[in-house]
Amino acid sequence: MRHLMNPLDFTPEELDRLFDLANDIEHTPSKYAHACDGKILATCFYEPSTRTRLSFESAMTRLGGRVIGFSDAASSSASKGESVSDTIRVISCYADICAMRHPKEGAPMVASEHSGIPVINAGDGGHQHPTQTLTDLLTIRSLKGRLSDFTIGLCGDLKFGRTVHSLIDALIRYDNIRFIFISPEELRVPDYITDMLKEKNIPYEEVIRLENVMPDLDMLYMTRVQKERFFNEEDYVRLKDFYILDTEKMQLARNDMLVLHPLPRVNEISVEVDNDPRAAYFRQAQYGVYVRMALILTLLELA
Amino acid sequence: MLNVGKIEEGFVLDHIKAGKSLDIYEHLQLDKLDCTVAIIKNARSGKMGKKDILKVECDINTLDLDILAYIDHNITVNVIKNGIIEEKKELVLPKQIKNVIKCHNPRCITSIEQELPHIFCLADPEKEVYRCKYCEQKYTENTK
Repeated sequence: MRHLMNPLDFTPEELDRLFDLANDIEHTPSKYAHACDGKILATCFYEPSTRTRLSFESAMTRLGGRVIGFSDAASSSASKGESVSDTIRVISCYADICAMRHPKEGAPMVASEHSGIPVINAGDGGHQHPTQTLTDLLTIRSLKGRLSDFTIGLCGDLKFGRTVHSLIDALIRYDNIRFIFISPEELRVPDYITDMLKEKNIPYEEVIRLENVMPDLDMLYMTRVQKERFFNEEDYVRLKDFYILDTEKMQLARNDMLVLHPLPRVNEISVEVDNDPRAAYFRQAQYGVYVRMALILTLLELA
Repeated sequence: MLNVGKIEEGFVLDHIKAGKSLDIYEHLQLDKLDCTVAIIKNARSGKMGKKDILKVECDINTLDLDILAYIDHNITVNVIKNGIIEEKKELVLPKQIKNVIKCHNPRCITSIEQELPHIFCLADPEKEVYRCKYCEQKYTENTK
């Protein structure tokens, strides 16, 4: 039995198989409409996350399976003090697979150690969010046709953004990737990441202004500057508007550049960009469902 | 100088930093063994000035000494058999350490679930970096 805790749990070859399956689901969804008949997914969400939870629920429903679960800790037995290991032992009796989100880092791993069913980490605090990374990789591979040989710009909160850190970790396993980090000084990518890139001889640049590098990019990964990451309101207000993508900046970009965003966005991408064919973030959300469908099938050994 | 008699079979842990022998006694769970243990504190040492020594008379397969490498890799481990030093054991950093150090990350699941073991995995043998198995937070000296 396999679990998914970290995006690197799968080798690049295993990811290729997962993405091939996701693309097959995308093109021939009817083939998979009953693939999970009689199977139950438990969504154990100890903190609210509408988007990820609904994406998992949509994925299981589209495979013909059913979904049970809870969407915040208050409505679970955790509010009575039950441990994660006890909860998963019980859930293992009710469901065939579990997607778990928890505010504490490592909680899904604790669950996986006591579980009788596959556990998917659906986000554990600021630690890992592997299905977001798989979504990002599938989107890039599907829309660009490859996961190698490109320049990717990562823009916004590069200090605290776990999606960015996981994506970098995942992309360095592929050939000829160049990173351009675009952030204010205060939200620069952590040193341990740039140290690792130096060690592996992977080219990267750190820049302050987004418009200066727009023509160089094959892809631009935008992130939200999250209010909860700041100690005070003043810093947040000062920094949040620094890196807004608008039509003016998009004019500097190549015709085949893609804009990705893990969503939800606040104002870092102007709504006017949504109609640009290069804006791929809503298609990315769609790929999130396909990759979760492929993941459920793979972990249930139904693929 | 105090004299402690030689042992027939077991270990002599030499060059322990002065004052650390009781920590090692605890980590090796020597209190659970029904054997002779000599704890020598603050013995004179040409190299270290002062040092601690532990002599444990037991079957040489009884103890898992890997944890010593984590605590202090300068400790010399002499394996004694038939009253003579049979081997000077090289210490290897353990791949995993359980309940020796604690994760101090307030966001880690171990911070709210008291019954969970504190497990650290060796992430970088060269730099002797250990990370919490659950939250992957690096363990650093100043959080000891």
